[in-house]
Amino acid sequence: MSGLKFSEDHEWIEVDGDTATVGITDYAQEQLGDVVFVDLPALGTELAVGDDVAVVESVKAASEIFAPLSGVIIEVNEDLEADPSKVNESAESNGWFFKMTIEDPSELDGLMDRDAYNAFIAKL
Amino acid sequence: MSAPLNHTPLFDLHVDCGAKFAPFAGFEMPVQFPTGILKEHTQTRNAAGLFDVSHMGQLRIFGSGAAAWLETLVPGDLTGLEPGRMRYTQFTNDSGGILDDLMVTRFDDHLFLVINAACKTADLEHLNAALPRELTIDVLDDRALIALQGPTAAAVLARHANDGVATMPFMSSALCAVKGVACIVSRCGYTGEDGYEISVPADRAIELAELLSVEEGVGPVGLGARDSLRLEAGLCLYGQDIDSSTTPVEAGLVWSIGKRRRRDGGFPGDAVIQRQIKDGTARKRVGIQPLGRAPARARAKIIDPAGDELGEITSGGFGPTVGGPVAMGYAPRDSAAVDTLVQVVVRGKPLPAKIVKLPFTPQRYFRG
Repeated sequence: MSGLKFSEDHEWIEVDGDTATVGITDYAQEQLGDVVFVDLPALGTELAVGDDVAVVESVKAASEIFAPLSGVIIEVNEDLEADPSKVNESAESNGWFFKMTIEDPSELDGLMDRDAYNAFIAKL
Repeated sequence: MSAPLNHTPLFDLHVDCGAKFAPFAGFEMPVQFPTGILKEHTQTRNAAGLFDVSHMGQLRIFGSGAAAWLETLVPGDLTGLEPGRMRYTQFTNDSGGILDDLMVTRFDDHLFLVINAACKTADLEHLNAALPRELTIDVLDDRALIALQGPTAAAVLARHANDGVATMPFMSSALCAVKGVACIVSRCGYTGEDGYEISVPADRAIELAELLSVEEGVGPVGLGARDSLRLEAGLCLYGQDIDSSTTPVEAGLVWSIGKRRRRDGGFPGDAVIQRQIKDGTARKRVGIQPLGRAPARARAKIIDPAGDELGEITSGGFGPTVGGPVAMGYAPRDSAAVDTLVQVVVRGKPLPAKIVKLPFTPQRYFRG
């Protein structure tokens, strides 16, 4: 089975073996408005589910991003430093934030699939 | 439970335009339109933006001696104003703190005041408490206020108005028909750009806004871009950059106090303000430029390289025209010089910043 997973904090998670790529959803970028800065974590940062991991700043406000899984940061999207508007333009592809290891695959079970996420945001 | 929010006369038009709303000073106001804050900001700098600022208070003071009387409440020179000219000034308290900042226009038989939305009730109480019998206050709550701001504003308005709106200088005002609607047209604004604030009867407001918004290059702008525009222009927001604990001298607003008023006083807090003008103040409002990419927002601490607290950011965010973070705040006099290196604390991390001259973007008013 492929496809993105989603958290209630409006992150998408793409699983590739034992690593995950994480970004914010198109719905989230739409709510945030124009993104002007993304504060990304340092490589090697160890995270537990729910830890503060990044901050996305729109013109209006700063929003915390929480770790959707436990693991270690292995790569960050350096393109966002020069061009944070990528988050608005392609939130669910080129606008990815970071890649991390997956320490506990069972945590993926707590995430939503696309249909469940769409139903979740429809109620907001 | 909070009170229901007021709507401005333009509310239905904002809904039609797809605005996102937020509560502001008791009003449900458009924060942004579908184009987004960045584009609304740039549009205003490059062409023209249309703003609904009807939440602000508009009032008139009638009676002979109105200007001389109002001078007892503000440090601005009002008796020296020619009819049709306007002044930026502040209501001060006995310690010289600012109760509100406002625009005062002198007309032949009255003064026209525009005051902040959040201060409306307090300002009216303040005025009424001191009002002499020969003067009367007329609150214009049946009027909307529309701002048209940007380098093409004059050309746009001139297509629909008479009385030479294009040549009236910055800080002047005229009773003027715009497409047959009786308006008070003032050449002023809150963006640093050339432009107008147009006071229009509430029942004609949508008609007027639609007329202007269909013009080439004119787009609706919400409070989000209004804030980034005024911040780049170095203009104070009441309640954030100035309040009852800051004086006009600390806030760098001495330019708004005329020579005669500095000399003679005669307004609340005059002794404090006169002494501060003479001796300087312990702290002053400064521009702050974070040197990285991270915006530093209001209430972020400003510290010196040793880590000691210098002050606080009062307004900060991303400046779309500057292309990076911009901020202002208060710093002690000996740390307030341009190019002084400081740090701003964002989410617990000290980030490099420097004191810079305000405004961040040049003010481009039409001086005739």
